[in-house]
Amino acid sequence: MIFNVMFGRKKQPARQANALADLQVGESAIVSDIELAPSLAEHLMNLGMVPGLEVTVTRSCPGGDPRVYRVEGTEIAMRRDLSRHIHVQLLGAPAFGD
Amino acid sequence: MTCHPVARPIGETSAAVRTVAVIGPPNSGKTTLFNRLTGLRQKVGNFPGVTVEHHTGHIRDAAGNDVALIDLPGVYSLNPKSEDEKVAVDVLMGNMPGSSRPDAVILVLNSNNLSSHLVLAARVIALGLPTLVLLNMADELREQGGHVDVLSLARQLGTPVALVSAVTGEGLFAVSNFLSSSAPVPEPLELPVVGNTRSTREWAVRVGENAKYRRPATPVWTRRLDGIFLHRYWGAVIFAVVVIAVFQTIFAVGQPLSNLMQSALDATGVRLGNILPHGYLNSLLINGVWKGTGSVLVFLPQILLLFLVIGILEDSGYLARAAIIADKTMSRVGLNGKSFIPLLSAYACAVPAIMATRTIESKRDRIATILIAPFMTCSARLPVYTMVIAAFLPNRSLLGPFLGTRALAMLSLYVLGFLMAVATAKLLNSTVLRSTDTPFVLEMPPYRWPRPISLSLRLVDRGKAFLYRAGTVIMLVSLLLWAATNFPMHNGQPPAVQDSVVAKVGHTIEPVIRPLGFDWKIGVGLLTSIAAREVIIATLGTLHGVDPESHASDLQAALHQELTPAAAVALLVFFAFAMQCMSTIAVVRRETNGWKWPAIQFAYMTLVAYIAAYAAYHIAGRLIG
Repeated sequence: MIFNVMFGRKKQPARQANALADLQVGESAIVSDIELAPSLAEHLMNLGMVPGLEVTVTRSCPGGDPRVYRVEGTEIAMRRDLSRHIHVQLLGAPAFGD
Repeated sequence: MTCHPVARPIGETSAAVRTVAVIGPPNSGKTTLFNRLTGLRQKVGNFPGVTVEHHTGHIRDAAGNDVALIDLPGVYSLNPKSEDEKVAVDVLMGNMPGSSRPDAVILVLNSNNLSSHLVLAARVIALGLPTLVLLNMADELREQGGHVDVLSLARQLGTPVALVSAVTGEGLFAVSNFLSSSAPVPEPLELPVVGNTRSTREWAVRVGENAKYRRPATPVWTRRLDGIFLHRYWGAVIFAVVVIAVFQTIFAVGQPLSNLMQSALDATGVRLGNILPHGYLNSLLINGVWKGTGSVLVFLPQILLLFLVIGILEDSGYLARAAIIADKTMSRVGLNGKSFIPLLSAYACAVPAIMATRTIESKRDRIATILIAPFMTCSARLPVYTMVIAAFLPNRSLLGPFLGTRALAMLSLYVLGFLMAVATAKLLNSTVLRSTDTPFVLEMPPYRWPRPISLSLRLVDRGKAFLYRAGTVIMLVSLLLWAATNFPMHNGQPPAVQDSVVAKVGHTIEPVIRPLGFDWKIGVGLLTSIAAREVIIATLGTLHGVDPESHASDLQAALHQELTPAAAVALLVFFAFAMQCMSTIAVVRRETNGWKWPAIQFAYMTLVAYIAAYAAYHIAGRLIG
């Protein structure tokens, strides 16, 4: 960022993927946080959606919703309004925020 | 190892293990394993006070002693938040009324999903009961290149561990060995802190790593099949084909089978009636008991057929995909995709449809689906619609050969039922049964070939469940109605319908139904149709001294005299919305394990039917005159 400011370069819009819902089909990311009620978060973790594990968007169903995600070999289908609350970090994303 | 059932007197059982609970996550093959161990020596019941079902069965240990196995609901963890988990914990702690604390636990895990499933292992082992850990689906693990060191796992968990396959039967001797040993309390190396899922998960991964667990890759053909079945276009097409196939099976196969059964039962009833001496006992046995039994048995073909189809869809793994495809539409009314197949089958008959709602895990969604299922125009309504429409609406074509006035009227009634179902679903969603806290998350199992034995056991199971629990209620109501139509007797002869108890009740309710344009004869018809909707035709036939089968036009003429066109419309609307099927009530009672929901449903639907019929009578009266 400092680099861009110093050299007057126009800041490129960073690829922001905050939640699972933002990922494209075929993309992978690391689950960072589940922003949901404890019982619901627990249910998701029981299914395999655990912070620290890699999740891939396998496919999108007819209509775009729900989508299927694969984590640790388990395939889970989830609606968009739920996947919006699962925060992820893109693989290769910078350590400090943009 | 064989598990052939042989009864043994309880007194001869040694001091070895007696009651064993079987627990495991969904998709671990626990049911297949339980069925394999107990075979036909199992029965199904409900845990007291909840809608959760349980299976109990018997098995022999290596020494030949009899052991009772109790199958607990599939749970991922022992968090007493969901009803299933609460039941599991209660049973394991000995807090479930009616059952004592089990002597041991058999834990069934999917060896292909160990990291997730070990989380449950941590919780169960922490309870301190002698535990046997079975890593199921070992055949798949092997075929797909997975691996686990069983000894290492056993050492870390402090319990015996065995790799088994419920499908091939390998490794199951471990069960009988475990049961006949004086099984010790587990002594694990370390256990994670109870309550923290994240650290438990990390513990599970560590344990797996120490046991050199290698998870097999997802079979390529599952992914390829999903590429087709969940394809944007092809997936929807295949879904439509499957839906039509289900529909057709129920109508083109199930319905005729049911009718066949009905005529066979009727014919036998007539023969029996001729053999027995005439009189009051004859009437009771034939018209009461036999007819009552018949009205229960007639549902069996459709129930078994529907469950066969659903069993194939579920075991193969396709049902999960179908639920996902249907989910988008269903979520708009506050239901989830798994409600689709039950609601579809309700178009044939609500009885098997309501039983089929057990595939819906969420209790809230399940009850909502059960409550709206009877609004789907079931096939029993059709004869009534046909008769009334034919009596009052001349058939004129509107769109050439494609659509006539009568077909349009029929179609409108279908639409009416559907709209009311949707409206009720939305009403439930915003008031009594909000769907906010049970979101749609579905684990997708890999595709598998369904196993015939598994399917057959399930059919036997559902058939028994229906016969014993719903069948008894249906039989009872049937007998009550027989009594109401056959009393008071004169010289051992049943009275004419006009003089019987049911007619008296018809007269009594007449003031209530007069605003709808109905008289006491229709009232009697409404009462008898509680047995089954189409019974009203026979009842009205009898009341008018006409045989509906051979003199249909005479019955239509009689109806003309009895009802004004507006009242006919009201009658149709009433039938569209009213809950007039005791079998449905019986099944709802069975599936919700109580009278509360059937009562609410009956009251609600009767109210809707009354108000709608009233409105229809007056609006139609103004339009038609």
